[in-house]
Amino acid sequence: MSDRRAVIVGAAETERIGVVPDVSALEMHVESARLAVADAGLRMGDVDGVATAGISPIAVAHYLGIAPTYVDATTVGGCSFLVHVRHAAAAIAAGQCEVVLITHGESGRSRVGAPPRVMDPASPMGQFEAPYGISGPPTLFPIGVLRYMKEFGLTHEQLASVPVAQRRWSVNVPRAMYRDLLTVDDVLASPMIAYPMHLLECCLVTDGGGALVVTSAERAKAVPGPKRPVYVLGAGEAAETPLVSMMEDFTTSKAFRFSSRSAFAEAGLRPGDVDHLMIYDAFAHLPIFGLEDLGFVGRGEAGDFIADGNTSPGGMLPMNTNGGGLSYTHTGMYGMFLIQESVRQLRGEAAAQVPGVEVSLAQGVGGMFMAAGTLILGTEAAAGR
Amino acid sequence: MNGADGAGASKAVPVPTPDTERYWQGTARGELWIQRCGACGRSYFYPRGGCPHCSSTDVTWTRASGRARLHTYVISHRPAPGFARGTPYAIAVVELEEGPRMMTNIVGVANTPEQLDLDMALEVDFEPRGDQMVPVFRPATDAP
Repeated sequence: MSDRRAVIVGAAETERIGVVPDVSALEMHVESARLAVADAGLRMGDVDGVATAGISPIAVAHYLGIAPTYVDATTVGGCSFLVHVRHAAAAIAAGQCEVVLITHGESGRSRVGAPPRVMDPASPMGQFEAPYGISGPPTLFPIGVLRYMKEFGLTHEQLASVPVAQRRWSVNVPRAMYRDLLTVDDVLASPMIAYPMHLLECCLVTDGGGALVVTSAERAKAVPGPKRPVYVLGAGEAAETPLVSMMEDFTTSKAFRFSSRSAFAEAGLRPGDVDHLMIYDAFAHLPIFGLEDLGFVGRGEAGDFIADGNTSPGGMLPMNTNGGGLSYTHTGMYGMFLIQESVRQLRGEAAAQVPGVEVSLAQGVGGMFMAAGTLILGTEAAAGR
Repeated sequence: MNGADGAGASKAVPVPTPDTERYWQGTARGELWIQRCGACGRSYFYPRGGCPHCSSTDVTWTRASGRARLHTYVISHRPAPGFARGTPYAIAVVELEEGPRMMTNIVGVANTPEQLDLDMALEVDFEPRGDQMVPVFRPATDAP
């Protein structure tokens, strides 16, 4: 009987991440694609599906000499790549394609071959947000944090404990951009960017890329690669609003809730079954929202949970073990790096490896709480349960 | 004038579209107009040709009272073009008396955490952005 469950058989990041001023965004896609296909033990000619965001999948495919018969250009911000995995899994299950290559490359810092950032003054954002002095995500994404603080009593110190916890991971990750341990006082003493967010509560801005190869479990068994396949146990996607100012409730993400609900239902798992967690941390409040919206803790409990060390090394729920967007890297659409770290942890090859990870959840966000994508990934043992 | 300041740049100017034109005609007169659904009775913002709550297209324009409460905000230390002279400044979301929320700036009070209390009472005012007027909010004069 055929096994059309989706597995990730190849995963790789560009050799250099961080500050890479001599490589274009497109070249980042291509380099990571070649590395991921090699990681899978496949040849480029085996790829029949291409998915990416931020650039046309046709441009990536053509550069690589692929004439794809499956393309996915879904662009919903930084969670796009998690959504691409979900779509690839569905297409593979339906028999529409066999080997899907998902690529990310972004010259977020050096802006080499990167499209200009433009604001359409006739768009909803151009009419109803831009006139009030917004200047990029730091002035938009955290706009609900004060509301959350008032509703749930989150303190500035608890918020500052998020980057502190993640540095405890990145100190052991050689590829991370920032690896020095931090204290809460260090965070609160860093420059104010957009009150209540300090510099160290805002993500990095970097260059880099990553790619994945997704295929069916039966193909992975028939043509085994050098690495153990990582199973897609469940996936979800959701969208709430193109404007952060129109969020239904500023203390919770509807997209996080809906997307994760789908993923848990498909996987037949609950938060307590997750060994390792990645939550897209463009800003320090995102892991707090994510822990609550995904059901790992109750409403208003995440600040204490993180400050008490539960997500730090040795804690009960290892989270953002690469150091996250706050310490590892953040190219702009960081979601690809969530998946990469989940795959590394499940393969047992992460720099800051957590022992015995069988189930890893990656939660992505797109735009400013605009959209979300969730992947629950597992080892073959977890998939066989 | 028109939002130009010492930095030499101008604040972003909104460009109306057919579905938002009446809103901008209202702000030019110093009036805040929102839409109300004839089917479910709820008011909404931003302007669009159908109710986001129930999908009805039976919607009418109504003038808002201009009374609002401060729902949430950030105080930006990174000035957008035209905002350098007023930095740091609050980018806020207010909740109108009628229910909908909207992004805005807060005027007539120091934009500091000490002065900006969530849920404080506000009333609408208007400021130029190029050839348009945008609603901004100041502490309510009749606040208890």
